Amino acid sequence: MSQTGNLMAGPLMTFVHRRRRGAELFLLVLALAVGIGAYAAVGLGVEGVVPADLVGYGGWLTGLIVAAHITVRLVAPYADPVLLPLVAALNGLGLAVLRRLDLTYETLGQSHTFARQQLTWMTVGVILFIATLFLLRDHRSLQRLTYTSGLAGIVLLILPFVPVIGRDINGANIWIRVAGFSLQPGEVAKVLLVVAFSGYLVLHRDALALAGRRVVFVDLPRGRDLGPILAMFGVSMMILVLQNDLGSSLLFFGLFLAMLYVATERPGWLVVGGLMFAGGALAAYTFVGNVQRRFDIWLHPMDYYTDPGTSFQPVEAMFGMGWGGLIGRGLGNGFPERVPFAYSDFILSTIGEELGLTAVMAIVLCYGLIVERALRIALISRDGFGKLMAVGLGAIFALQVFVVIGGVTGLIPLTGLTTPFLSYGGSSLVANWVVIALLLRISDQARRPAPRLDPVDDDEVDSESTQVVKLR
Amino acid sequence: MNKPIRVVSVFCLVLFMALLVNATYLMYVRSDDLSKDPRNRRIITATFSRERGAILVGKDVIARSVPSDDQYKFQRVYSQPFKYAPITGYFSWFGQTGVERSQNSVLAGDDSRLFVTRLVDMLSNGDPKGGNVQLTVNAAAQDAAWEGLENLPGDAQGAVVALEPTTGRVLAMASTPTFDPNNFASHDFGEVKDVSDRLNADERDPLINRAIGTTLPPGSTFKLVTAAAAIESGNYDADSMVPGGYKFKLPQSSTEISNHDGGNCGGNRITMTQAMEVSCNVTFLSLANELGTEAMADQAEAFGFNSTSLEDLGGQASSLYPRDMDPPQTAMSGIGQSNVTATPLQMAMVAAAIANDGDVMRPYIVDEVRAPNLSVLARTDPQSISKAISSSTAEELTKMLVATVDEGTATPAQIPNVEVAGKTGTAQSTPERPPYAWFVSFAPANDPKVAVAVLVQSSDTSRDEIAGGRLGGPIAKAIMEAVINR
Repeated sequence: MSQTGNLMAGPLMTFVHRRRRGAELFLLVLALAVGIGAYAAVGLGVEGVVPADLVGYGGWLTGLIVAAHITVRLVAPYADPVLLPLVAALNGLGLAVLRRLDLTYETLGQSHTFARQQLTWMTVGVILFIATLFLLRDHRSLQRLTYTSGLAGIVLLILPFVPVIGRDINGANIWIRVAGFSLQPGEVAKVLLVVAFSGYLVLHRDALALAGRRVVFVDLPRGRDLGPILAMFGVSMMILVLQNDLGSSLLFFGLFLAMLYVATERPGWLVVGGLMFAGGALAAYTFVGNVQRRFDIWLHPMDYYTDPGTSFQPVEAMFGMGWGGLIGRGLGNGFPERVPFAYSDFILSTIGEELGLTAVMAIVLCYGLIVERALRIALISRDGFGKLMAVGLGAIFALQVFVVIGGVTGLIPLTGLTTPFLSYGGSSLVANWVVIALLLRISDQARRPAPRLDPVDDDEVDSESTQVVKLR
Repeated sequence: MNKPIRVVSVFCLVLFMALLVNATYLMYVRSDDLSKDPRNRRIITATFSRERGAILVGKDVIARSVPSDDQYKFQRVYSQPFKYAPITGYFSWFGQTGVERSQNSVLAGDDSRLFVTRLVDMLSNGDPKGGNVQLTVNAAAQDAAWEGLENLPGDAQGAVVALEPTTGRVLAMASTPTFDPNNFASHDFGEVKDVSDRLNADERDPLINRAIGTTLPPGSTFKLVTAAAAIESGNYDADSMVPGGYKFKLPQSSTEISNHDGGNCGGNRITMTQAMEVSCNVTFLSLANELGTEAMADQAEAFGFNSTSLEDLGGQASSLYPRDMDPPQTAMSGIGQSNVTATPLQMAMVAAAIANDGDVMRPYIVDEVRAPNLSVLARTDPQSISKAISSSTAEELTKMLVATVDEGTATPAQIPNVEVAGKTGTAQSTPERPPYAWFVSFAPANDPKVAVAVLVQSSDTSRDEIAGGRLGGPIAKAIMEAVINR
């Protein structure tokens, strides 16, 4: 087992991470240029004039980003400098594209204010981001909430089934409606579940890792340790069958498997889990007509083009993205409104149509960088709980992005998931801002020079110097 | 835990690489295929929303796009819709015809010749604009053609083509009945559908460009081809004595064919010029019979039969001279009956070839392709298709045709102080319907500027009054005058 103690004893101990807050600020300016520039380009492309509210809008966006940056400077000065700019760029681009869709829907006689609402949600997200960083000075305090957050996560996942508040929107049972707001509890649940898995696995990793027998080069776990994986499998299958949501199902189970594997370092878990999921998915394919149909539509999208409610959406998205080609048609010069739900699940097709393959690649790379930073944080993190949380949050991101972009571009069957920071949707946006806050918090802990008994270091960060660092 | 984290990292890398590769496949490799899918409405919607280029005749803009304030940014407008509909065709959300179709890539701005313009549009984030198309049509000739057809008595169906003999430029092309392409350009697609259904159901076929799309027996105008074949055989010239008389007995048959007026063509032996002047059926039946199917077909094909040649417009029908005719059919073909059919364009090409020393020029209607700023990007060069007859044959034929206008059946086409060459035609199809009236001509005979073919398919003229000269002659004359007096 690589204990955190080993790390500290190694040569890394002498390495001190730089804070790089200036670099973050520079990257944030670039990110703001993307967001505000895209907003201006939308006005030019659709209406032929620079939007009248560009200054107010740009000011608001800048204010939010600067507030987030100052917060990081104040309470997480060693945090990773790349994450926040990546998120700011994605969120800003998403807002501009939503604005572009609003304008188009307007000409079709529909009135939507996706961009305005999303900006409100972004404000909420940034406030929660700031609050998280201020209130949670050490991510390890979350470990106390292992079972609480686990329970809360499961409850949130089940909420959409509760008759009064559950809502079936567009065929997926993943919504609840409370006090006039539609929420996707799954978005919050995934963060809670990462916390719960991390806490649980840190405690039980030895039992899960060491006991078991070796069968043909693979260490298989003990039967009695299969409890948690069976439970998670049950939850995933429930989501798949009852909520008709392959994406979330894959997301939660994949997340759990990845974390289990990282905690125990035993590929056997992947084998067992992978087989279970494949078996479950096969059973669902065989016995649930809906899943079968969805699979068929994925394989032969063109054949179902005229069937309403089936492959019209993905095929139109493909037409749009194909038409966009390498560099796109230019913001405002495409027909993204031809794709149903272009503002939420299919926002990437809008981007592909109007900004081209170039932008799609840039976005995938941005997500890739976010995942890479998360996993890097996990690598350098000194405590097991932080490592697992960072891996979990990174894995969620990776899986979600893969499932939704893969679905929109036809790589895998289509599932309803939001594109983080781009899609319209309050729950998702706010939850993802909190995810970034958590990652920054862990990275701040990880990159911070190791606390020493040497009193010279203490005056610099005296609030942290008094805290107890657990080294297990 | 770092080793599995690295494994997870590699796994994530694979996932993201898969996304990138798949996105490239979809948006780059399959891009063209997806855009060509007929169900992809984006392309047509895009061209529909774009500022499409103009179609010009001289300095007249006959089709252009004006800004529109509904969901599509531009509205197609045709300034002289009925007159030019057979040429422009229509431009609707459901499709295009005519020049709108053949020059779509230019008009829509997608043509590679507009690359620089497109690049500028893209860099300036401006809306892409289409290029303009300048037609070869002579506005005065087109006016004359259209008025001629319009002024035919009653509900006439007919068509006119005028060519510049030395180049093949289409100077006029009109067809009646016709339609209003503005109705097709409407942004109210329900209305477009109604109009389209109504016109398609109309048994007078207003959507057909009769000038190139209708093939009918060319009647006596085909005697030009028969005479050409006879002179080319080396045995005849304009002064050769040929059979005349009252009747010709078809080979392998007891059927006897008489002349149009039942007369004897002025004698049992007459000159070829005389035969042409009076349009003597007996002469040309016997000539075709003597020459045989092979020689006749070769001559017809040299003039452009059995193929299409006008590439600028769709809907062109191929004029036919079948090679598998028996002797009586071959004889009948000599007077443009039997299974011979021709479009007005084809007959205009025959006249133009005779006018042009025997050279058949490829007809074309798109003169220049221009950028949105009107700078010329491409100009069509005249192109010779074949040498149908020798210069001397052309000279002989011209002599005969001038005589026909001066003293024969084609007198209605006479123009003061101008030598006109012409030939009438009256073709029978079935006994129960009125015959078709044809007229082909060119002028001035010594320095031809224009060749014309007129077809009047049906009109409210009483049966006995129908003769190519009476109906078609004045129209041809008006067009030739319009070109010569330019």
